[in-house]
Amino acid sequence: MVLDLVPIWTALLALAVFYYVVFDGFDLGVGILYGLVRSETDRRVVMNSVVPIWDGNETWLVFGGLGLLVAFPLAFAIIIPAVYFPLLIMLLALVFRGVAFEFRFKHPTMQRFWEGAFSGGSIVATFAQGIVLGTFIQGFKVDGRHFAGTSFDWVGPFPLAIGLALIFGYSLLGAAWLVLKTQGHLQEWARQIGTVSLILVLAAIIGVSIWTPISNADIARRWFSWPNSGLLAPVPIITALIAVGEWYALRQRQHDLLPFVGATGLFLMSFIGIAISLWPMIVPYHYTLWEAASSASTQAFMLIGTLFLLPIILMYTGWSYWVFRGKVSETLGYH
Amino acid sequence: MTLDPVLLSRLQWAWVIAWHILLPAFTIGLASYIAVLEGLYFFTGWEIWYRISAFWTRIFAVSFGMGVVSGIIMPFQFGTNWSRFTDAAGDVISPLLAYEGLMAFFLEAGFLGVLLFGRRLVPSWVHFFAALMVAFGTLLSSFWILATNSWMQTPQGYTLVGGRFQPADWSAIIFSPSFPYRFMHNVNGFYITTAFVVMGVGAWLLRRGRASDDARMMVRMALDLLIILVPLQIFLGDQHGLNTLEHQPAKLAAIEGRYDTVQPTPLTLFGIPDDAAATMRDAIEIPDLGSLILTHSWNGVIRGLKEWPADQRPPVGPPFFAFRVMVGIALIMLVVTVTGQVLRVRGRLWDAVWFLRVCQWVAPLGFVAVVSGWVTTEVGRQPWTVYGLLRTADSVSPSLTGADVATSLALYVVVYLIMFPTGIAVMAGLARHGPQAQDVQPEIVESGRPTRPFERAARAGSEP
Repeated sequence: MVLDLVPIWTALLALAVFYYVVFDGFDLGVGILYGLVRSETDRRVVMNSVVPIWDGNETWLVFGGLGLLVAFPLAFAIIIPAVYFPLLIMLLALVFRGVAFEFRFKHPTMQRFWEGAFSGGSIVATFAQGIVLGTFIQGFKVDGRHFAGTSFDWVGPFPLAIGLALIFGYSLLGAAWLVLKTQGHLQEWARQIGTVSLILVLAAIIGVSIWTPISNADIARRWFSWPNSGLLAPVPIITALIAVGEWYALRQRQHDLLPFVGATGLFLMSFIGIAISLWPMIVPYHYTLWEAASSASTQAFMLIGTLFLLPIILMYTGWSYWVFRGKVSETLGYH
Repeated sequence: MTLDPVLLSRLQWAWVIAWHILLPAFTIGLASYIAVLEGLYFFTGWEIWYRISAFWTRIFAVSFGMGVVSGIIMPFQFGTNWSRFTDAAGDVISPLLAYEGLMAFFLEAGFLGVLLFGRRLVPSWVHFFAALMVAFGTLLSSFWILATNSWMQTPQGYTLVGGRFQPADWSAIIFSPSFPYRFMHNVNGFYITTAFVVMGVGAWLLRRGRASDDARMMVRMALDLLIILVPLQIFLGDQHGLNTLEHQPAKLAAIEGRYDTVQPTPLTLFGIPDDAAATMRDAIEIPDLGSLILTHSWNGVIRGLKEWPADQRPPVGPPFFAFRVMVGIALIMLVVTVTGQVLRVRGRLWDAVWFLRVCQWVAPLGFVAVVSGWVTTEVGRQPWTVYGLLRTADSVSPSLTGADVATSLALYVVVYLIMFPTGIAVMAGLARHGPQAQDVQPEIVESGRPTRPFERAARAGSEP
């Protein structure tokens, strides 16, 4: 009897994707908001708040991509070509944004250019990620084991709307991060921009929650047929409670960490909502997790190394966040 | 003219990986060099080791960062452009790629930070250990990537189920027949590439009269390493060739530019291959020597490409010429290394300005050799992705049009032509700056941790 490793890999992949979305989400969000910051000192503080940790966050993208390849190679082979251009744009935007951290200081004459690359790259990368997610929820044209659509199937109102929604979402995460890492007028500004982002995020969540079941009858049945609607009722209820809590966390100026926790909670609930809608599909709406899984031997071979190395990586990452804890100072920065 | 998505996807792959391979070719050698220097400093306490190590670590940081950035692109290429290959071979090769990612990730997370800015924050033995681990990690990375590539060249340990490769024996998959040769030939080549860069930079510093003690030490160390590694590389290359003859004879025929089977086989020094007519024009040949070099006997036979159907032959031009570039560079390297050692024995090395100038000129040759070797082995594998089993034409993503790939290729070209020259300029600036008597120490930030690698490196480079 071979142990079914698919649930373990599903959990690991979900963890990696969620980790990536929250952690690279906040540093992309900081990049999105960067363009709105006026003074040079404030800009430096804003950028310095993510400088020590952004590249570690981004590595989880590779981890997620390779995890999908190892555990569900069929899904990788169908989904990735379907989002050919969004992925290309995302990768190139991330490259530009990544080197902007470094080249901004090396090329004082080109500082404007690299600052633009930082905020522009963050916005474009986020938008492209949202398009990938939207295309995923929308589903793929599949013929046998291949993607059968064109490289422009992602061009549609729904994926583009999700792209926009993710920009709001990452802005909220970025603002919440800045509330945690800054003080004074900058923190006050972060709270305000966070409130605006929260309103936009809630509008997006409500919009997507209506749009998705309307356009997909299976998803509508899953959520609105009895007894599912009773069993799944906690999802919207908890989301609403977190939204209210996030509102007070941003407005009440008591806790610096709470807005980030609340924003993460909203992302978690959205993540759970999407998972419930699509379960058990990994290639919507053609292949389930089990159908797209790699061989048990492949999954087992990789699991051994992952279970050994992943806790060490997480421990080190946690430690490095601990080291860089506290407020970013204006004078004692990195430069 | 119609745009062919297969050809354009191959060009795109070649473009992104040719730039990327330059970075590991340098960082793998440099990581080991830094580990050696850190070891020497740890055991002797001499300042010179510390200065040289700190100097090269600054350059290493930039190179490693660029390697990460261009490396993130690579795994996604398998999905975007080669989805049918991914579907067919994913079960076998994906763990090898993922282990590479996981271990590189682990290395970056765990030890690179300590190496780059931890010198004052951790005990000296921990810093030395971190340098060792970074070097070990870069070697592990190349282990997994070359294991993947070798399996595509000489596949084994699988079963074919419905046209898809299923793993049967993981150790057979990892240690496929060409892997040991490819691994040793590559890593040794990376070490040689780095040693020539170290020697070239040392020579440049000497000619400018900068940091002379340190620069002399760099040149001496490089020469001592090269007098062993360059001849070793020629031997390893020969062994790798014998392995190719056994497992990929069509590739070997293309490398040799041999269309007809002749016994004993002459050695074709040069010629203009014509695949359509299956003939080598204007060939310059040495009788019998091909047999001797390739089979190590005067009478051995090399099968010509005509023994394979036309649709199973690799194109001859790229492997034929790239191989000759690689071998030519190996011979230049051998001459330079031996000359350097002779001058040194006679005690005239530091006065021979002409030789120091030669060292500067040959400094980048290792990179050319690495890319040539890679063209030889990869184009020589054609028309297959998994040798003899899965065709390149059947590996590409079916949804892609020629215009799709032409667009993405153009974007990669533009972006890489901005990134790489900028990064190389940053590294050249650091090299020009030279080792520092009192090395710039990392600034301590509020939370007790120092700055990030690029900035620190960049700042060190821009200071007078």
